[in-house]
Amino acid sequence: MTDVTSSAPLVELRGIGKTYGGGTVALSGADARIREGGFVSLVGPSGCGKSTLLRIVAGLIQPDAGSLLWPATGGARPRDIGFVFQDATLMPWARVDDNVFLPLKLRGLSRKDALPRIMDALERVGLADAARAYPRELSGGMKMRVSIARALVTGPPLLLMDEPFAALDEFTREKLDDDLLDLWRSQRFTAIFVTHSIYESVYLSERVAVMGERPGRILADIEIDAPFPRGRAFRESRAYGEYCARVSAALREGMPA
Amino acid sequence: MKRDDTAFARLARIIVPVAVGLAFLGGWEMLVRINDIPPFVLPAPSVVAESLAANFGSLMASLWVTLRVTVAAFIFAVVGGVGLAILFSQSRHIEMALFPYAVVLQVTPIVAIAPLILIWVGYERAEVALLILAWLAAFFPVLSNTTLGLRSADHNLRDLFRLYGASRWQVLSDLQLPSALPYILAGMKISGGLALIGAVVAEFVAGSGTATGLAWRIIEAGNRLDIPRMFAALFLLSILGIAIFFTLTAIEQRALRHWHESAVRRE
Repeated sequence: MTDVTSSAPLVELRGIGKTYGGGTVALSGADARIREGGFVSLVGPSGCGKSTLLRIVAGLIQPDAGSLLWPATGGARPRDIGFVFQDATLMPWARVDDNVFLPLKLRGLSRKDALPRIMDALERVGLADAARAYPRELSGGMKMRVSIARALVTGPPLLLMDEPFAALDEFTREKLDDDLLDLWRSQRFTAIFVTHSIYESVYLSERVAVMGERPGRILADIEIDAPFPRGRAFRESRAYGEYCARVSAALREGMPA
Repeated sequence: MKRDDTAFARLARIIVPVAVGLAFLGGWEMLVRINDIPPFVLPAPSVVAESLAANFGSLMASLWVTLRVTVAAFIFAVVGGVGLAILFSQSRHIEMALFPYAVVLQVTPIVAIAPLILIWVGYERAEVALLILAWLAAFFPVLSNTTLGLRSADHNLRDLFRLYGASRWQVLSDLQLPSALPYILAGMKISGGLALIGAVVAEFVAGSGTATGLAWRIIEAGNRLDIPRMFAALFLLSILGIAIFFTLTAIEQRALRHWHESAVRRE
């Protein structure tokens, strides 16, 4: 699989395999190169190993085959990686700002020193006013924004997202998609976005990696050659429809007959 | 309109049970008077109240003894239960080795161990024996609830802590303990009642008058067929139990009101 851009990949996956304890083969021979500053979506049916792959990149799961390379950083996994789960995964007992403080707190920063960064992160997701609220007082979309602010508060070079907007209504999801792209463009992090929505993957990404199931691997790598910023015009364009059709066709190919 | 409703509902929550209680006492009083039941079988509430007033000093002294034993046993149970659960959460091996013995302590009826504890501690220090027995009764719910609570932290949050390189101590203090708080408080509510039961039962077994709590007052009054005084002591015990329950419920509500489903008020 080749990379269309010339910049060094941030992360390169070579033949990643993972078999779980029960004998379920989650991944087998998954290859991918993700360029620094790129936005890649992993799309595939439920149970194709998308989440497993993301967790392997994060270092939360060890693969039992293949290797993970980090050419852009000289070989080491970046110290700061942002991770956004399908649920907002906030600590319900802590206020919004304290939730965002968590990554910095675990790094040993005092709350006082961290406060400007916390407020900055909240401002960027449009929630500065909700800093002292408890998570349960927020809507699903707002909780997800807090989760994104928490992931970005350390200024990570890599943001991993595991179907973050899957549980939200369509309207909120489109808004968050746009806001995420704005953040990506202004912060210049590398983004890997797992989704089962073809439309979302095409709208957000520079490249869509289509995964097939059992064993999970990457079947197709489709470049979405549309300029940023993207907006309503792109969503309604013919090119958008064609990309969706291509991703859909690649997905169907991977399905067992 | 909503506000009136809730204010009324809150008032009703107090008035209705009180009215039921008064009606019950009134019916009891009438039943005793109409049927002329002698006080050594069933004293009327008014007679119990008289006895309570007449023996106020000695009953209060006994209440103080029982309260002291109960509260001390409860505090030790919470500290010991939470402490041991934390130890268990840090090492599966320790849990594996010790948990069965914690269960043994729990399932052995304290009435059966009481004589032994009394002999070991010595009858001249009966209050210490009561404390140990009440602690044994109260300890387990805190231990088992806290153990469960420490384990029930959200798995994704655990991963997040791992991703940011959190230490064991940080995981414990910032994730596991807050997650376990609702469980710990629920365990404490059970333990509070059990500590009182333990203190009373232990005193019944100790019996001989070396301890002078409310249970001893009940035995003593029973031996003298002073049934009104027996009822007065029983009444104080119930009040004590209710006070413990409501205090712990209030603490629970206060600690969880911002975030836990059990405590937040729904609009």
